[in-house]
Amino acid sequence: MLALLFLAPSLIGFAVFYIIPFAMGVYESFTDRTLGGSFVGFDNYKELLASSSFRKAAANTLLFTGLSVPLLIAASLSLALLLNRPLFFRNGLRTAFILPLVVPVASIVMIWQIFADWNGTLNLWLHHWGKERVDWLQSDWSMGVLVIMYLWKNIGYNMILFLAGLQSIPQDYYETARIEGAGRLRQLVHITLVYLTPTMFFVILISIINSFKVFRETYLLAGDYPYDRIYMLQHYMNNMFFSLDIQKLTAAATLMVGCIVLFVTGLLRAERRFRDNME
Amino acid sequence: MSKLVLTIWLGVMAAIMLVPIVLTFTNSLMMEREIGLNYDLIGQMTDAAAGGKFVNLKVLPDWLSLEQYLHILVLAPKFLRMFWNSAALVVPIIAGQTAVAALAAYAFAKLRFFGRDKLFLLYLMTMLMPFQVTLVPNYMVVDKLGLMNSGAAIILPGIFGAFGVFMLRQFMAHIPFAYTEAAKIDGAGSWTIFARIILPLAKPGLAALTVLLFVDYWNMIEQPIIFLQDASMQPLSLYLAYIDKEARGIGFAASALYMTPMVLLFLYAESYFIEGVQLSGIKG
Repeated sequence: MLALLFLAPSLIGFAVFYIIPFAMGVYESFTDRTLGGSFVGFDNYKELLASSSFRKAAANTLLFTGLSVPLLIAASLSLALLLNRPLFFRNGLRTAFILPLVVPVASIVMIWQIFADWNGTLNLWLHHWGKERVDWLQSDWSMGVLVIMYLWKNIGYNMILFLAGLQSIPQDYYETARIEGAGRLRQLVHITLVYLTPTMFFVILISIINSFKVFRETYLLAGDYPYDRIYMLQHYMNNMFFSLDIQKLTAAATLMVGCIVLFVTGLLRAERRFRDNME
Repeated sequence: MSKLVLTIWLGVMAAIMLVPIVLTFTNSLMMEREIGLNYDLIGQMTDAAAGGKFVNLKVLPDWLSLEQYLHILVLAPKFLRMFWNSAALVVPIIAGQTAVAALAAYAFAKLRFFGRDKLFLLYLMTMLMPFQVTLVPNYMVVDKLGLMNSGAAIILPGIFGAFGVFMLRQFMAHIPFAYTEAAKIDGAGSWTIFARIILPLAKPGLAALTVLLFVDYWNMIEQPIIFLQDASMQPLSLYLAYIDKEARGIGFAASALYMTPMVLLFLYAESYFIEGVQLSGIKG
């Protein structure tokens, strides 16, 4: 009862602005017209799945998340491992890696543009090396540019999470391993990575949330209709909104939520299993 | 690898990370004419066969000048107004979400009630969803409440965002029960425990949340392009998107001023921020 008093403000707003809208969205996705349409079953979904621009957007989103999240985790973990060794100026270096996180995308996008433009600096370098120029933002490379921007921004956040995880591993585990003659690699795999697993689950969640936020980078770099390769689900949903195709939009949203819920449930189950095994 | 070699190696990487930020500041000290001369080719389709015409990112200006700053701060008041628009959206969201989330997080972390873990999972799932997922129904709710084209359309959903609850509950879960138990024995009620014990101890978590919310909302694009069609109300993030194309000459100074509050806040609260983020990531 008491708990309810503390929860009430959050719960009311959360229901009004998130849960009820979402339930309305699910309902809309099964009707043929916004507000008071009749029930049409899975028709909107069929139409959605048949739409080539939806399929393109879904594939791009999946590709981006599938590519950038593992890359980010590998890069930030390596960085954390290096920063955890004896080092001069550790705090200064750490600050430098986190700083991109707090820099707003909109204020940095001009530099990226000048760098990756058809006439830009990257192509200038290619030219110097005697290579043909590449249209980085208007070709399949555009996804690569986005991945780099995502890594640049998010590496610091994951790095400090991993650093905390590393520092929570007792040093005597490594000592025992060394006495028993385990090499560096064995220690990394059997001690470091095992004890980092709980951190890893959290890092994966945060990285996925942040991977959905590259919409901002894409929007600022390329507007409502960017090159095909970086046309994401968020663009699709935004454009469906502006063209008032509400049924497709809500169906796409419901589908996306379904996938996220399935994935997170799987992740949490894996985490629980891992914790049970450790105990 | 010796300590020195590793330091140098990481130093080079750190320097590369900082390049875009440093370049924004150095370029903001160029004259508009110099920006024009340097970067005019950006966004234009030149014939590849015509050969070598490129734009090089310039590190140092030929002439140091505050012309860009003068332009946006004195001659064109639009910038300041949009800066104000951004602040007027972000400050209430941060204050509101921190307060609402601290209360809820306390209930999730320290009180016992039916369905607690399931409800928390619901918050967690919601936190993962991109804004567009609830776009339509949100639009309807905002419309019904008569908030369309007003800051409240962005502020209210912002205040009740799930991220703050999640982050602070993770943090508060680390506060040992011994503290709260001791207070309970001394006859303190839940409110006293929350206000006198939990809140002061959660300071790093609150600092980390403030920085992260500031970063997220100072940056917002998704919400204003839907809810604020009126250009005079839009925040700076959208104005910069426009400036990049139309008025590149003053873009760097605008960008530099735009990122400065964030960078200063972060440097000021850095140790709290790192502690807060780190504790939120460890299972409590």
